[in-house]
Amino acid sequence: MSDRLTVRKTYKLYLGGAFPRSESGRTYEVTDSRGHFLANAAWASRKDARDAVVAARAAFAKWSAATAYNRGQVLYRVAEVMEGRAAQFAEEVAAGEGLSGSKARAEVDAAIDRWVWYAGWTDKLAAVLGSSNPVAGPYFGFSMPEPTGVVAVLAPQRSSLLGLVSVLAPVLAGGNTAVVVSSKGRPLPAITLGEVLATSDVPGGVVNLLTGDAAEIGPWLAEHADVDAIDLAGTSGPLAMELERSAAGTVKRVLRAPAEEPDWGGDPGLSRLRPFLETKSVWHPIGL
Amino acid sequence: MTHVLDPDALAGGEPTVGGPAGTPPDPFADVTRSDAAFRAFLHGLPGVDAVGAQQRTAVLGTRSIKTTAKAWAIDTAISMVDLTTLEGSDTPGKVRSLAAKARRPDPEDPSCPTVAAVCVYGDLADVAKEALAGTGIKVAAVATAFPSGRASRAVKLADVRDAVANGADEIDMVIDRGAFLAGRYLDVFEEIVAVKEACGPAHLKVILETGELVTLDNARRASWLAMLAGGDFIKTSTGKISPAATLPVCLVMLEAVRDFRAATGRQVGVKPAGGIKTTKDAVKHLVLINETVGSDWLSPDWFRLGASSLLNDLLLQRQKLRTGHYSGPDHVSVD
Amino acid sequence: MTSLFEYAPALESRSIVDLRPSYGLFVDGEFTEGTGTPLKTLNPATEEVLSEVATASDADVDRAVRAARRAFVKTWGPMRPADRGKYLFRIARLLQERAREFAVLETLDNGKPIRESRDVDVPLAAAHFFYHAGWADKLEHAGLGSAPRPLGVAGQVIPWNFPLMMLAWKIAPALATGNTVVLKPAETTPLTALLFAEVCQQADLPPGVVNIVTGAGETGRAVISHPDVDKVAFTGSTEVGRSIARTVAGTHKRLTLELGGKAANIVFDDAPVDQAVEGIVRGIFFNQGHVCCAGSRLLVQESVHDEVVAALQRRIGTLRVGDPLDKNTDLGAINSAPQLERIRELVDAGDAEGAHRWQPDGDLPARGYWFKPTVFTGVSSAHRIARDEVFGPVLSVLTFRTPDEAVAKANNSTYGLSAGVWSEKGSRILSITSKLRAGVVWANTFNEFDPTSPFGGYKQSGYGREGGRQGLAAYLQEDNR
Repeated sequence: MSDRLTVRKTYKLYLGGAFPRSESGRTYEVTDSRGHFLANAAWASRKDARDAVVAARAAFAKWSAATAYNRGQVLYRVAEVMEGRAAQFAEEVAAGEGLSGSKARAEVDAAIDRWVWYAGWTDKLAAVLGSSNPVAGPYFGFSMPEPTGVVAVLAPQRSSLLGLVSVLAPVLAGGNTAVVVSSKGRPLPAITLGEVLATSDVPGGVVNLLTGDAAEIGPWLAEHADVDAIDLAGTSGPLAMELERSAAGTVKRVLRAPAEEPDWGGDPGLSRLRPFLETKSVWHPIGL
Repeated sequence: MTHVLDPDALAGGEPTVGGPAGTPPDPFADVTRSDAAFRAFLHGLPGVDAVGAQQRTAVLGTRSIKTTAKAWAIDTAISMVDLTTLEGSDTPGKVRSLAAKARRPDPEDPSCPTVAAVCVYGDLADVAKEALAGTGIKVAAVATAFPSGRASRAVKLADVRDAVANGADEIDMVIDRGAFLAGRYLDVFEEIVAVKEACGPAHLKVILETGELVTLDNARRASWLAMLAGGDFIKTSTGKISPAATLPVCLVMLEAVRDFRAATGRQVGVKPAGGIKTTKDAVKHLVLINETVGSDWLSPDWFRLGASSLLNDLLLQRQKLRTGHYSGPDHVSVD
Repeated sequence: MTSLFEYAPALESRSIVDLRPSYGLFVDGEFTEGTGTPLKTLNPATEEVLSEVATASDADVDRAVRAARRAFVKTWGPMRPADRGKYLFRIARLLQERAREFAVLETLDNGKPIRESRDVDVPLAAAHFFYHAGWADKLEHAGLGSAPRPLGVAGQVIPWNFPLMMLAWKIAPALATGNTVVLKPAETTPLTALLFAEVCQQADLPPGVVNIVTGAGETGRAVISHPDVDKVAFTGSTEVGRSIARTVAGTHKRLTLELGGKAANIVFDDAPVDQAVEGIVRGIFFNQGHVCCAGSRLLVQESVHDEVVAALQRRIGTLRVGDPLDKNTDLGAINSAPQLERIRELVDAGDAEGAHRWQPDGDLPARGYWFKPTVFTGVSSAHRIARDEVFGPVLSVLTFRTPDEAVAKANNSTYGLSAGVWSEKGSRILSITSKLRAGVVWANTFNEFDPTSPFGGYKQSGYGREGGRQGLAAYLQEDNR
């Protein structure tokens, strides 16, 4: 072992393609599974959340209009860049989740493969979820999936990387932009993921990662009039119910949290893509 | 080397002078008899498929212009530049400095061609005129309540007369986009006719401001409207609105002057302006001319590039070709 | 002051390509000698011999099929679908990385302009692998049951007009669905397939998953008639397609055919004329007209016939013909002497039958195989140039008066691969497209391709589709478990 003193990383937010500190100036102590100090993470405020929504909305027009092929290439690029930093992710996951090195590495591998899986979906969604509609009249009809818009994602609390990627990637694959609140206790992989996203052709603002407390920021996002949908994965109990009620005020699409945080390793199918897609049906007359 | 199959394919008849001012040339003399007739005519022009136009310019954008062709293109582009300053902060000093640059774009190389014109606000036309005396470089002045065009016709015409009296050889007017978008085509037409008359001997460039007309269909209609009204040039933009000169817009305007000459015998010039900043942009425009309307338009008499920063990039590229190494911004003059 | 704008030569360097004096077969992950008499492959733009390429004998083909079977049973078949996908992603990336090399080699071997091989063939080939890579672990969503199964060993024979792209159209879906492949490239254009074999090696693709056997018709026959081949996929002429269908008849083999065409490109009087002219040019002169879906019959409404033909001739005059490696070339060389002969014969027939031939002035290069862009006006549906596939830069112009007449004339063909419609009126476009008996119909565009869009023909243009969800069916057995 070298006796060189390491240079430690400052964990900040990932917002609009940049890495700012919280506007509130707050941080909170993040420890490993045994309670040892790891880092002081930025403690995002409601104003950070507000700024994140502005950034996500600004990025939506271009990201949603990119060709499905282009989005697929970008998501695949995320997997490529992540692969190169797998060791760093594995260290963070092992420390934060208290996993053995090999188990942490398996989580990282699964997270990388999850990006690949969703990269392959971008240009197939329309063929699988869309339709040509044989309406009873002289009309050409078709229905196609389109992204909902800005999605607030309250990431899983336990699975800090695989869980996070499992809820974020489908939002992006469909063409939405995201405001993510990370696991509160295990936020570090989220910021490292931000560094991966910033260097892998994902346009700034498409993903905004806030570290902090979903219970504090969640209500602001649930009520925010410029957020179109919310994924409650990282919440439970009364908070989840409260957020769903708040979301009703602006008729947000809500993806409820499972009763218990699942094992994120299974085949996700289309279950996390569909909730953040609208269906648009188009009619056009057929005639000379 | 590849060669063009038929170099004469795009050549048309000799340019001729149009009919009396205020009347569209034959065979279109009657299309302005009423608003309804004019509308029917303009909306009866073939549509433009935007995707197809974009695709065409994208393919032409891949043309690889090298060595001797590049040298020719750079000098031709320099000779087509309307060197422009249109700022509220313009002063006689600024205009004189620009004029000096126009006369001698590259102080280190006398073989560098001069630009076509210097383009300023009307009140500074006399300064430019004096500074350019005896050079053959034209003085162009923007007028008609440039850039918005939001003033009464009387004010616009006074603006034009003032600029001409002040020494302008060319007037760059703006059309009334509000009237155009509201479908009052005859109003727009009559205003251009009136401005043309007020120009007297000065050449008239008609700015369509295609960024505000938005569609390529509108760009085509406005082009025809301006040509029928007697404009000597049609020009894309003021440079104050984005997007300004895009290749698809320029393509549509070139198709319009080509078809107009074929129908009437009168040749009209084209001037893209705004957003053309690099040599690459300029060369793409030359390629677009070359393969859409042919060599008849490859001269400053029939094509201009409205720009300011473009000239220095052309000069840097010119130096690179001459010396074989890349140059830097300190090797061209800042104005 | 006006002067001509002459483009100086802008040659793409061929130094990026490392041409070997001879090439072997690619069997079981390795390059091996072939036991047949080797073939020479030429640069059709200069008639220069590029290389000598092995010919696979029956025994060589047998070796390749055995290798493919082994790989199917031992490695590729049992592999996790997501891992199969990862191999295809790797191949897609390698094609993107080595794109310039593939483009130059394709242009040398085929004669097509570098602009097209660079901007169309190679990017589309990579896109095809990228698209199908994503399907590998999503096949239960393909609409073929919850657990569709691969067929086994696919024998694939491809043509010379888009050598790498046709390879991608064949290999990508076969591999994504879990099949292994024995592919025979065309005898005049084998080189990019052999370079692709190197890509398979760089991707660490398990041996035997992809096997490339070069040779002429005999080799192709050996591939499709081998008893251990489960699936035959062919792109080429209708004549050969028929004979393959006969050969395969009565066996267990599944078959898809993508054959000839004589597409109608219908221009109505309300078309966006300038873009229609571009579309006509792209429809028939893209790839020298060596395109099965080429818009070789222009059906133009009589009221705009003269205007459209004049604009078309003016535009054709601006085409740049010559060295395919020049980045400004629009029209390259005809792929081979026999193909040039075939084009000449049909053009002579057009003259003899009384159609009016127009070609632009100007010269063609002295060496190599060249043919001028040609427009026949005054063509009637009975003329051979209106019925037979020329597979060259030759356009036949016919007229129509009403939409019904346009449809009737467009469908009056034994082929049914593609068609085009030009009009600014949406409802008319949809009405016409619904009546056309063709597998691909382009409206206000032409010759567009995308891996997500199924491609294939009606009638004697073949059966089966390539690309899209529908294309997967050619390589899967529907199953529910």
